[in-house]
Amino acid sequence: MTPTSSTATAEKPAAVLTHANYKSGAKPIWCPGCGDYSVLSSITKALAILQRPPEEVVVVSGIGCSSRIPAYTSCYGFHGVHGRALAAATGVKLARPELTVLVAGGDGDGYSIGGNHFLHACRRNVDMTYIVMDNHVYGMTKGQPSPTTEPDWDSKLAPGGTGIRAFNPLVVALASGANFVARAFSGDPNGTADLIAKAVRHPGFSFIEILSPCVTFRPEQRDWKDHVHPAPVTATDDPARAARRLMTDDGMNVGVLYAGNRNPYPLGPKGKSVPLADLEAEFAP
Amino acid sequence: MKTPTSSTTPHAGLSIALAGSGGSGVMTAGTLLLSAAAKAGAYGLMVRTSGPQIRGGEAAALIRLARTPVASLDDRFHLLLAIDWQNVHRFADEIPLSAGSVVIGEEAEGEVPAAFTSTGARCLSLPLKKTAKGIPGSWTNMVALGLAGTLAGIPREALAEALKDSWKRDPAALAANLAAIEAGAQAAADIDGVPALPALAARSGRWLISGNEAAGFGAIRGGIRFVAAYPITPATELLEWMAPALTKVGGSLLQAEDELASINMIVGSSFAGVPSLTATAGPGLALMTEGIGLAVSAEVPVVVVDVMRGGPSTGIPAKSEQSDLSYAVSGLHGDAPRIVVAPTSIADCLHTTQWAVHLAEALQSPAIVLSDQFMGQSRAIIDRPADLGFIGKRLTVGPNAPDFKRYRDTPSGVSPMSIPGNPGTTYTADGLEKNEAGIPSSGAKDHRVQLDKRERKLKLHDYGDFWADVEGDGELAVITFGSATGPVREAIARAAAAGVPARLVAMRLIAPALPEKLDAALDGVKHVLVVEQNHGAQFYRYLRAWFDLPGKPESFHRPGPLPLKPAELAEAILAAGRRESSRAGKPATNRA
Amino acid sequence: MTAVRRAAKSRNAARKPSATRRKPATKAKPAAPKAKTAARKAKSIAPKAKTIAPKAKTAAPKAKTAAPKAKTTAPKAKTTAPKAKPATRASRPRSAPASGAPRSIRELMVYALWIELDATERYRELADAMEMHNNRGVEELFRKMAVIEGKHAEKIMKQMGWTSVPPLPSGPAPWPGYEGPESAAHDEVHYLMQPYHALEVALACEERALRFFENLVRVARVPEVRAAATEMRDEEREHVGLVRAWMAKVARPDDGWADDPDPPRYHD
Repeated sequence: MTPTSSTATAEKPAAVLTHANYKSGAKPIWCPGCGDYSVLSSITKALAILQRPPEEVVVVSGIGCSSRIPAYTSCYGFHGVHGRALAAATGVKLARPELTVLVAGGDGDGYSIGGNHFLHACRRNVDMTYIVMDNHVYGMTKGQPSPTTEPDWDSKLAPGGTGIRAFNPLVVALASGANFVARAFSGDPNGTADLIAKAVRHPGFSFIEILSPCVTFRPEQRDWKDHVHPAPVTATDDPARAARRLMTDDGMNVGVLYAGNRNPYPLGPKGKSVPLADLEAEFAP
Repeated sequence: MKTPTSSTTPHAGLSIALAGSGGSGVMTAGTLLLSAAAKAGAYGLMVRTSGPQIRGGEAAALIRLARTPVASLDDRFHLLLAIDWQNVHRFADEIPLSAGSVVIGEEAEGEVPAAFTSTGARCLSLPLKKTAKGIPGSWTNMVALGLAGTLAGIPREALAEALKDSWKRDPAALAANLAAIEAGAQAAADIDGVPALPALAARSGRWLISGNEAAGFGAIRGGIRFVAAYPITPATELLEWMAPALTKVGGSLLQAEDELASINMIVGSSFAGVPSLTATAGPGLALMTEGIGLAVSAEVPVVVVDVMRGGPSTGIPAKSEQSDLSYAVSGLHGDAPRIVVAPTSIADCLHTTQWAVHLAEALQSPAIVLSDQFMGQSRAIIDRPADLGFIGKRLTVGPNAPDFKRYRDTPSGVSPMSIPGNPGTTYTADGLEKNEAGIPSSGAKDHRVQLDKRERKLKLHDYGDFWADVEGDGELAVITFGSATGPVREAIARAAAAGVPARLVAMRLIAPALPEKLDAALDGVKHVLVVEQNHGAQFYRYLRAWFDLPGKPESFHRPGPLPLKPAELAEAILAAGRRESSRAGKPATNRA
Repeated sequence: MTAVRRAAKSRNAARKPSATRRKPATKAKPAAPKAKTAARKAKSIAPKAKTIAPKAKTAAPKAKTAAPKAKTTAPKAKTTAPKAKPATRASRPRSAPASGAPRSIRELMVYALWIELDATERYRELADAMEMHNNRGVEELFRKMAVIEGKHAEKIMKQMGWTSVPPLPSGPAPWPGYEGPESAAHDEVHYLMQPYHALEVALACEERALRFFENLVRVARVPEVRAAATEMRDEEREHVGLVRAWMAKVARPDDGWADDPDPPRYHD
């Protein structure tokens, strides 16, 4: 994590667009104190760093608290159905390779109902950036355990805890082929903005897991700010080393943890276009 | 009254079944026979049937050739030619024979199964394998091709040409197989009883195409440039045809991880401005419904081709049935108007899919195309379909359009769309209910306005005459859809020949329901028979729910896997005609 | 059932604005003033902690849930012994102000301006959040704070004769912590917070700004920069005083300020 300054505009002094240009002005419905406010701020700052015109950015999401994010930006937004954000985003990017595609959502959306798409999005390596605001809980449905919830977290739906070990999204992303794997913390909006900008610039599928506290159902997550720390080592492009690090870190390492060089999914026309009539030739008996 | 049979109608043509087990090459022989028939100027249809095995299973090519276009299999086969009898008896239901039929078996393969001999058919055996062995490098199925083709009246040159055109192997072996065709042709000289096609004249401008290919080409003609899909029988060939074709026209196809991904990918790509399609079968359609509902709500055009197969659940994957209709017209949660269209023939798979693209784009709505395994996987010789002007074109706004509201409540119900990249008109497409500006809203008024708008845009559209094929007149009408249209059309011709004229209404536009269109088509009709291939009379019930049908509507419905046959439908039409006459107090006009 | 409900309630009650938790960032540098504020903060929170304690053993669920267990204990140790902490904070590149002291008045004022602009924006965001959650009193207060910070920004623009906002210099910012010293963190708020809490948040911001400029006064090498920083420091000191005076006029929250008779799920 190498935050450079307090605002995204800093990176490009000649910036025409500031992060304010990426806000829609709609007032978020998130609980006061929610980490997602900061992530929204980070996304707008990252876009200012990148200086992408808002109309050339598509923010795609599924369902959940964090999935409300597209409408809070001034970009094109796609607020689809639960768990399918990565699929919709893949369609957007394949249709329009020139657009910058950000996918945002939560841990339930991405790792539970959308789990299969997560694996295949990593594997397919389409050039887009997936931002997961992980708070280890289903907030919108009001307090059920998610795939990243600790096994002993007590809730109405799982009294005494689920007893199931938590999902490790970064390891799964790495094993599935994501080309860029990072962890961020919502409490550091500028550092997170830098990470998002890096992720967007990195070719292929970039995955950023953002620890974003749920102050309503997981108030103890306010303590995350005391736990997070910069990754003690620089990013590696060696998946084996990255895997070992990810398997052994404390879950609070923040920064780019893996930046690979796999070829992204090929986009755009593969050859010259022929007249439609040419396609008919094969139907001649 | 005697039920008319194929022999009484002028264009019944000739039906041939080529059967054998895996490795016998009957499918190749069948394909070449159809191709040769096309070269020779005949029309034809070939249905493939096979056991559940991936490789090596029993298989049969069911072919009907005629001088006029063929849209269904006949009631019985004139010739069954089997290279071996391994489990071929399993096809007894699919290869109905009669006393006039000829069965030719391979000499070395023993007795003809009882399932076939019991029909009274004349059984012969020939040394097909021995003949092939006598020509080093040749195959038995080419001997069979020469035999069957010659019995059908197809010139040898056409047979030879069909083989040459498709040959991709060693040229030496080509010569051997041409010799094998010749040997088979000579063997035909000793066989009579197979009604060869009358002399044909070679014609150009014909196509040899499957419904799946036709649908794929129609999609591309309509403007589809992105496809995401998951392999599923019997839709896979549509995708396999489109994959290379799309790359030739600047588009692409992506194999998705599942149908949930397929539908959401195309909603995403279409939202991004590129006309998009997916193809699937019933199980996939079931998985897609949430995403189709999203396309309804977010008003994103998408085309979903459902190549129907036997259901429910995994059902009968490689056999046809029209049993997804209820699901297609009502299988979404919430009040979700959508377009459902059904091609009426293999050739029409092209036009109807093209039309579906046009409708989806014009109305910013999902359009479901109900094809089926029969049309999708069968190959037919058809006249080159006309170039229809159905091109997908959606209403969009330009840069910085003033006062842009994505879901504006317009009189037509269609609101101009903004495509990503267009400055000054960004918005968020949403499955949440929204106000005109696209901001999520749970307000009663907004919900009502948007529901009305989404319903209105489909209802008010001018679908023109393309909504149905309406043919003939009379006080009896047969209403049908999809692949049932072919056999119904033939049955109507037979009924007419038997003195019972009937009107055909083959509905291409299933949803939205447009009662005034059907009313006009049924002007003067007193009695209605609804024909479909499913167990639950789904189309009949749908029509009765949404339309006012004259008289006391009747239903002919039966499930797959066996295709609807003209004879059973002709019988139903004649029966309906009798009832209609007796109700009307008129003397029956049926000639017995 | 009751146990779960109690747990849920306790979780609900546990939320509180915690300008208080900020210590780590601040502690790293100027020792003297910090200790004071920390003590003060501790006091202001104390009553809250008490109120919550009886209800629900807030601590219990926390211990259970905190991600890897090991961590839960670690931070606690930190809180009690702030001195030990710098390790983590210092490793953040941006917390190296000494070397990053502005070299010119212009540079200093650019930072000062951005501190005010960021603070303005944050107060607006917090006001929006309060508006969305029907907490009109605090919304109003945050809007006022946004206006005040905006005026500070305007004043700087005027002083410097700037007509457009100059960009921040690239490279590490000269302040410790994640954001500009006057920006309230997004998580320092609560939907039931009261104006007094909002002022606590504001006070913490002003105090951070004060410490920031105090530090600059100490490390600045260029005399003019030091002089300007001193001026800024004095202004911030004044702001701290103003907020304190304001707080004196505002009612202190009752112990049960965070109590919500309804559970998060209305349908329970």
